[in-house]
Amino acid sequence: MSLGPHLFLALLEGTVAALVLALTALGLSLVFGVMRIVNIAHGEFFMLGAVLAWWFGSVIGGSPLVGFLVALIAGPLIVGAVAIATDYLILRRIDYDPESTIVATIGLLYIIQQVVLTFYGGDAKAVEAPIYFRVSFPWFGYSGYKLIVAGASALLLIGTWILISRTQMGLYMRATQQDEEMAQALGVPVRRVYALVFAFGAMLAAAAGVLVVPIQQAHYLMGLEPLLLSFIVVIIGGLGNLRGTIVAAFVIGISDGIISVFFSPTLAKILATLLVALVLVVRPGGLFGEEE
Amino acid sequence: MNRRISGKVLALHLGIIVLLLVAQFVLSPYHHTNVARIMVFATFALGYNILLGYTGLLSLGHAMFFASGIYGAGLTVFYFQFGAIEAFATGVLSSLVLGLVFGLIAIRTSGVSFLIVTLMFAQAAFLSILYFNEITLGDQGIVISQVLQPFELWGTEYPFSDPSVKYNAALLLFGVTFIICIALVYSPVGRVLVAIRENEARTRMLGYNTYKYKLVSLVISATLSGAAGAMYALLFSYIGSTFASIQYSIFPLLWTLVGGMGTLIGPVLGTGLMFYLVDISSGLTESHLIVVGVVLVGLVLWFPKGVMGTIREKWLTWLP
Amino acid sequence: MAAVTLLETLDLSKNFEGLQAVQNVELRIPTGEIRAVIGPNGAGKTSLVSLISGRLRPTAGTVRFKGEDISRLPAWDRVNRGIVYTFQVTSLYANLTCYENVALAVQRRMMGGLLDRLILGENRITQGTELALSQVGLTEDTHRRAGDLPYGHQRLLEVAMGLALEPELLILDEPTQGLALDEITNFCELIRAISKRATVLLIEHNMSVVLELAERITVMDRGMVIAEGTPTEIEQNVDVQRAYLGTDAAA
Repeated sequence: MSLGPHLFLALLEGTVAALVLALTALGLSLVFGVMRIVNIAHGEFFMLGAVLAWWFGSVIGGSPLVGFLVALIAGPLIVGAVAIATDYLILRRIDYDPESTIVATIGLLYIIQQVVLTFYGGDAKAVEAPIYFRVSFPWFGYSGYKLIVAGASALLLIGTWILISRTQMGLYMRATQQDEEMAQALGVPVRRVYALVFAFGAMLAAAAGVLVVPIQQAHYLMGLEPLLLSFIVVIIGGLGNLRGTIVAAFVIGISDGIISVFFSPTLAKILATLLVALVLVVRPGGLFGEEE
Repeated sequence: MNRRISGKVLALHLGIIVLLLVAQFVLSPYHHTNVARIMVFATFALGYNILLGYTGLLSLGHAMFFASGIYGAGLTVFYFQFGAIEAFATGVLSSLVLGLVFGLIAIRTSGVSFLIVTLMFAQAAFLSILYFNEITLGDQGIVISQVLQPFELWGTEYPFSDPSVKYNAALLLFGVTFIICIALVYSPVGRVLVAIRENEARTRMLGYNTYKYKLVSLVISATLSGAAGAMYALLFSYIGSTFASIQYSIFPLLWTLVGGMGTLIGPVLGTGLMFYLVDISSGLTESHLIVVGVVLVGLVLWFPKGVMGTIREKWLTWLP
Repeated sequence: MAAVTLLETLDLSKNFEGLQAVQNVELRIPTGEIRAVIGPNGAGKTSLVSLISGRLRPTAGTVRFKGEDISRLPAWDRVNRGIVYTFQVTSLYANLTCYENVALAVQRRMMGGLLDRLILGENRITQGTELALSQVGLTEDTHRRAGDLPYGHQRLLEVAMGLALEPELLILDEPTQGLALDEITNFCELIRAISKRATVLLIEHNMSVVLELAERITVMDRGMVIAEGTPTEIEQNVDVQRAYLGTDAAA
């Protein structure tokens, strides 16, 4: 296959990755933007989505499509419940103090990982794609499911955008992000907004996990990479800046796709990591973000 | 806090070193090796605590300093048959340089940004070890005990396979580090570091170049962590990429918080406690790291000051 | 003896995304003077002194200290050259004792070379610290936690820290806020004593303090200097009266 088609393949791979990454990173960005905290366990919500997808698939017999659809709905809901429990039992009690939250979510990371290890096991397990078809391009065949993943992610992103810009809850979220004291003075139920934002961020990550698991495999340690990639995206896009997050997800996803296809995935990650660190050093608020 | 080191403080801290010195004669072989390991890890924790507890900077990337010590020492033994002293020096030097380079880049950030930069750099270091696997053999790991020559002093050979050599080398490292930390905390520099932790803006307006102080703190922290790594390579022989993984960035945070950050004895105590906690629970279940999670959450909710921190607050206010 | 200009600002401006906090301010303070800067809230007084002390970077213009252009220097560097600023909103080390708070300032003054940084004798620091604390009258509180002090005493602690730095230009941002009447009287005496060794730039709302202490007064409104002169001149100035219309002159 010559360069052109190779590039096209890389672009396709990159786009799929970018959309899933945008979904995951958006959750993290929302939480930071509204609550001003960093959730180190964010990747574990992603992992939980994937693991739950496997579980639903194995428990519900019949066609993989049914299991998948159930997982896509029930998975994020379950993970959302976990998030709300975390908010209620832990985050509220420490008053969302930034440093304590970091430590607490590290603890949460270990707890979730180890619970999954106990009940799910340490092996990577494959999940069947709900729909299997190949899209034939002149140069190569491409997995139709991956295109569906891309489409579903895009839909979810659009849905989130509508939620934030058109609904009352979205208004509350934006108000709290802008000026918390003012929002509270104006009657916004800030505590409840926090709980819902935290849950929503978790659900976005979980949905991404469900979508992605037929492409990867579900493994109890799979949450670390999405976490780091989400950090990269959120930093370049700007801590708390949603539009920037999506733009950055595309930049990262596509360049990661290209470097991975032409060079090596590990090198791509090393370069991305270093690049981000340098961006932060030059502009501590991210490329598009607010000055800290 | 009185800046002159009181007799009480000195006695307590030096007493701990003496206690460890004496303990080697009464410990069973199992605990003997454990304590040696704990002392090396405690050195790592002490190094970490200088940055977190005394300067107020939270890092999630210290694994890269620990690993640079391990690889600096381990690879020079493996490839160039370095002796113990040269290998150790290489390990210490490489973490010092890494700390300096990283610090020059990263110290201008603070808070969340700093945290993420440390995480990113450490991850890049971890991936680099795997990427250059032909050299580092990080995937499978290297064991250097066969290659490492015994340490020679005044005609006597001290092989590193000998448990008492391990113990006393670890004790020496720990003791020296502990004393360095005490000296630093009581020095004028230490006072400024605490000031930075408490109120950085004010410290700048008192005329202190806080950037420089934070950099110094980071370099010291990195070097001590690297020294621990270098010693680990020499004593316990196994050199693998796991030591650069995120776990080894979380462990010193865990040990320091459990024991009490911002105290000197805290990190030491925390390392010992958590080591045994994980050790005992790994005998019970494969998912033993859940204790780490539960402890961290518990600390944050009920024990934010850790063991020594709480003791200092409630009873012994004279502790540094 | 001709007055030597200690501090000079030329065409100094600060723009916050459309808000002109400070506009083309020219200020000239000779050595040894007590200068007061007054003006209604939002006039730009704190922004002006932040530009002088280095906490803010100017959008335009320069700051000159002892003849040198210091506009590009970071705040900590200016402190070491002799410009000391005490915060309007108290910024102390709340968890440390008053002793430790002041000792940090004293230590800064005494730290010379590299060796000093490691082994500076505590005795010298104690002497300097006790002196500064006694000058502001806080000797009893030496070992109290700074955060436990009543507000007025915290302000005095700020001043003590400022004094310990042996400033050439001491900038006080609303220092008498929260002080009782007798404390204010003591404070005025303290400032008079300080002005024998240092130049004082004072932001104040309390007009009686201003009239009592200031040798010259600069009046600001909406980022600009609208008047400057002796206390008598200012009291009679029509523009000043207009700017203050509706504002209670006495704190």
